[in-house]
Amino acid sequence: MAEYKPIRKVVSGNYAAAYAAKHARVQVVAAYPITPQTSIIEKIAEFIANGEADIQYVPVESEHSAMAACIGASAAGARAFTATSAQGLALMHEMLHWASGARLPVVMVDVNRAMAPPWSVWDDQTDSLAQRDTGWMQFYAENNQEVYDGVLMAFKIAETVNLPAMVVESAFILSHTYDVVEMIPQELVDEFLPPRKPLYDLADFSQPFSVGALGGPNDYYEFRYKIAKAMEDAVKVIKDVGKEFGERFGRDYSEMIEKGYVDDADFVFMGMGSLMGTVKEAVDLLRKEGYKVGYAKVRWFRPFPKEELREIAESVKGIAVLDRNYSFGQEGILFNESKGVLYNTDARPIIKNYIVGLGGRDFTVGDVRAIAENMKKVIEAGKLDREVEWYHLKR
Amino acid sequence: MEIPENVRKRLSIPAEEHFFAGHTACQGCGASLGIRYVLKAYGRKTIFVIPACCSTIIAGPWPYTALDANLFHTAFETTGAVISGIEAALKARGIKVKGDDGVMVVGWAGDGGTADIGLQALSGFLERGHDAVYIMYDNEAYMNTGIQRSSSTPYGAWTTNTPGGKRHFLEKRHKKKVIDIVIAHEVPYAATASVAFPEDFIRKLKKARKVEGPAFIQLFAPCPTGWRSPTDKSIELARLAVQTAYFPLFEYENGKYKINMPSPKKEPKPIEEYLKLQGRFKYMTKEDIEYLQSWVLREWEKLKKLAEVFG
Ligand SMILES: Cc1ncc(C[n+]2csc(CCOP(=O)(O)OP(=O)(O)O)c2C)c(N)n1
Ligand code: SF4
Repeated sequence: MAEYKPIRKVVSGNYAAAYAAKHARVQVVAAYPITPQTSIIEKIAEFIANGEADIQYVPVESEHSAMAACIGASAAGARAFTATSAQGLALMHEMLHWASGARLPVVMVDVNRAMAPPWSVWDDQTDSLAQRDTGWMQFYAENNQEVYDGVLMAFKIAETVNLPAMVVESAFILSHTYDVVEMIPQELVDEFLPPRKPLYDLADFSQPFSVGALGGPNDYYEFRYKIAKAMEDAVKVIKDVGKEFGERFGRDYSEMIEKGYVDDADFVFMGMGSLMGTVKEAVDLLRKEGYKVGYAKVRWFRPFPKEELREIAESVKGIAVLDRNYSFGQEGILFNESKGVLYNTDARPIIKNYIVGLGGRDFTVGDVRAIAENMKKVIEAGKLDREVEWYHLKR
Repeated sequence: MEIPENVRKRLSIPAEEHFFAGHTACQGCGASLGIRYVLKAYGRKTIFVIPACCSTIIAGPWPYTALDANLFHTAFETTGAVISGIEAALKARGIKVKGDDGVMVVGWAGDGGTADIGLQALSGFLERGHDAVYIMYDNEAYMNTGIQRSSSTPYGAWTTNTPGGKRHFLEKRHKKKVIDIVIAHEVPYAATASVAFPEDFIRKLKKARKVEGPAFIQLFAPCPTGWRSPTDKSIELARLAVQTAYFPLFEYENGKYKINMPSPKKEPKPIEEYLKLQGRFKYMTKEDIEYLQSWVLREWEKLKKLAEVFG
């Protein structure tokens, strides 16, 4: 194995995604423009135009077709990639089911953007979380480095379990913000991520076959079970690949939930994506001030890290779940999922939901501090003041 | 029966079968004949893409397939996009497409999946110039969901959501000219074909294989179930549709139009001969039929002019 010497580049989150796709040697890219995703594909197109990457680029006429073309490409044995945001992801919805149902390891970057109306181009996780039940794995990146690493790992994991995977980054906060990213030399990426070995290949004519035919009540059920099983198996694959990534490149992703100060914390902040960068900084400060707080950054939302969450719950008195998303008629989506996981355990920490930052509303260290104050009171009182709090609401 | 060698040489329809008995089409189904001819023309090194439509069912449920070729079932509106992706993947992998011995990528979709919900993906496929063949089998309604109208349903036809009733019928629109929309994309090759003229259809399929870029064929495929016609009349109906110039056979190749009628000198037969064999037109009055007749002849004149000027 060649020695790993990272190549440091100052890039936006979107360019980090584009470089990762190139380094993953994607063979087909089909995509449709939408802010703030667009520059991912523009960068890939530039690679192609400059002869730096050998990719079949299909500039389709809609996101629905982008996913359909990726599905066709993947079924015909190629490594396929696309990227989108918000309305684009919603338009793909039907085909997201198709990709997982046909067991195709398509990888996509979704740049989290709020759904309209009102029109908004800013950060909000509801677009990707609304795709929760499509059979896609979902990785939430905190920073540009994690976007890059996430895409490379996503391909490896997806191609191992034969399910598609989504790498999620936040609008503008990551997509258009420049930061240092340590990239991996191509030979080492190639060692980590060898060429794809497809589950089936439409270009193999040794024995005719069909994919996706009518499945009656006698068979459909088992097809679903196999997807469920693959998703369960993905937990181990994710941890193994995350560990391997750490051993090869020094950044360990073996935990599906990245934890900080959890062991002796009274309560932890739990959330996903770029807002956890703010939380981590705030927690460092709060610790210095004597607050016994920690953080739990959920990296993988699907498959959901149930065991890791249960372990955290056993050691803390409270969990403040920060949701930059909302399921109308219920509550924040991560909150909802977490409560579900904890119901059948003995550990019953107080768990409270803070709805924050929707549609790009600023979320600062000061906000984390204010939430910490409130959470402290709740824990001292031993009961919830309210279960869900719209933290930023103008009163 | 063994076909003598000298006769076999003269036949333009390959003898090999790549569409198996035991498929689940209705009796007299034009679409199933169409699949059979496509596979005869292209052989088993073919990747079929079939969206939601009758052909999903015709091909058979899992784990069966009636096609001696690889088949990817896809969502209703995605045929154009999926064949684009497959073609791109084959190219990325250095696998030869089309030509005499390359892989054939075939989109096979109904009129609904082509002229309505799939029109956008079809347009994208044509405009981007992928090396694949798109075949729209035209049975003039959404048969798979129980005979509802499509934009390819003709004037006067009964369907379950444009029924004929005591007062009148609801289908007042003429058949959408999908092929004109296709030609507007300046594709290298587009043609109409009919299951009643298999030699012509297979010749066109072979031509489509040779052209560089996208090819489109609109295949007239009677549906006795939806047309309320006797199951043994499908071929006769398909032939009459051509003979009445209701569905004329023609080709568009690199800007040139060519009409391929079985008896070019003959005047079109009256449309009534075609209509009267089908229950779906029984609500039409004499005036309705005259009106449809005038439309058919007007369109026929248009096509003849095109062939004259751009022949
Ligand atoms: C998005 C979506 N909407 C509706 C349907 C239901 N559907 C399945 S097949 C079909 C009609 C197909 O008609 P056509 O393309 O003309 O083919 P045919 O069945 O006549 O062969 C419809 C409406 C679907 N599968 N997907
Ligand atoms: S309903 Fe019509 S098109 Fe469908 S299988 Fe039957 S005959 Fe063929």
